[in-house]
Amino acid sequence: MISPRNSSLPCCTTMQTLESPSWARQVWALLWKDLVLEFRTRESITAMVAFAVMAMVMFNFALRLRVDAFRPLAPGILWVTLVFAGTLGLSRSFSNEQVNQCLDGLLLAPYDHSLVFIGKALVNFAFMLLTAALVIPLGAILLDERLAQPGVWLVTALGAMGYAGAGTLIAAMAANTRAREVFLPILLFPLALPLLVAAVIATAGFVDRAPLSEFGAWVGMIVAFIVLFWAAGTLLFEYLVES
Amino acid sequence: MILAERLGKRYGLRPVLRGVSLQVARGEFVAVLGANGAGKTTLLRILATLTRPDAGALWIGGVDALRHPERVRQQIGLVSHHSLVYGELTAAENLRFYGWLYGLRGDALERRIEEALRQMDLWSRRHDRARTFSRGMTQRLTIARALLHDPAVLLLDEPFTGLDQGAAATLSSLLREAALEGRAVIMTTHEIHRGLEGVTRALILRDGQIVHEQRDDLAPQLLAALLHDHANA
Repeated sequence: MISPRNSSLPCCTTMQTLESPSWARQVWALLWKDLVLEFRTRESITAMVAFAVMAMVMFNFALRLRVDAFRPLAPGILWVTLVFAGTLGLSRSFSNEQVNQCLDGLLLAPYDHSLVFIGKALVNFAFMLLTAALVIPLGAILLDERLAQPGVWLVTALGAMGYAGAGTLIAAMAANTRAREVFLPILLFPLALPLLVAAVIATAGFVDRAPLSEFGAWVGMIVAFIVLFWAAGTLLFEYLVES
Repeated sequence: MILAERLGKRYGLRPVLRGVSLQVARGEFVAVLGANGAGKTTLLRILATLTRPDAGALWIGGVDALRHPERVRQQIGLVSHHSLVYGELTAAENLRFYGWLYGLRGDALERRIEEALRQMDLWSRRHDRARTFSRGMTQRLTIARALLHDPAVLLLDEPFTGLDQGAAATLSSLLREAALEGRAVIMTTHEIHRGLEGVTRALILRDGQIVHEQRDDLAPQLLAALLHDHANA
């Protein structure tokens, strides 16, 4: 039975006594919610890690039959694996919001809706980093020990950030479509191709121990990709989720 | 508190709302009645700033809600068809999360959570995940979520769905109390015989237009007859 109200406050005064919520706290709340949900369901991380590990192992066995030296192939294998695993996570990034129409609950809150994009993109970035934290050492064992070096970690972090930004934007577009799991990669892969190329070349530069001047522009291209898609997501998210 | 002028909305070529104007003051409890497809939910979503109208103007608390929706959302509580709660979070965690989004924190937030959950008789289940709740309990948690930030405007879309008789009766008194406390309450319903106690005005919506407004005699039998007449007009 619902009880009568027993408030110490008269109606509608709570908000007047509070300062405006800060965007940092609101983004933290969005992150906290997604991380707790993922910790309890393990839907995204389990799929991403399992896929990434299996893909690396299968690449290893399939290519070993015909290839003697993995060094030229290792950056490409690493990035194709990360991009496919990341797409698995991205395809689920709005699934929690579709159950019980929770996206409406997020959109009702008193903030700029771009904060929802930032929260989602940060979560996707974190999931990709976690996957990379397992895939890079595995790649170093199976493909080329030079993958486990700080330069590769840096390129992976930047590339994952760019992919999470572009992927979250497209995932928001795909969220309300019936065939979203097909729609997402079809739209995302062509968009992410420049990022993939830049990330593979920059990773290869570190693996080959080439001078930074030879591949630094490709690292710059990854940074430009991050700026472009995080800015686009921040500006466009409101229109993508608006009914 | 709410001033809507000539709101219009189309989905594709189909008009869903056609020039709806509405004024609701603080302390008013307005029921919007109509058959399925009349436009009730679309009207409520526009008032909640979740859907942009194609035409018209909307002010909430004196602020242009179409131009500055983020400024008016703090004043709005919505109970929609869907619960808007996360099944894998507990009842308390759901309210804590939404409280954070609305700028509540610390002891003040914890007090509001306890008060809201006790009011909805969910305090003993505060550590249980929402997915384990029955339909009625989920609906009570939804109402707690909508009232958590103490909104001046309360919008409810078919709030009695899934509630047993006892819970429906007390929700009814809670809505009356919400209006008496000075909130503007707007509720859509097609259940004429439940929850209309305390309603100060009833509007009948048909084909996206307000076709009747009833202020004085709000007896359920009369409203049912009016609704029937307009449905067959």
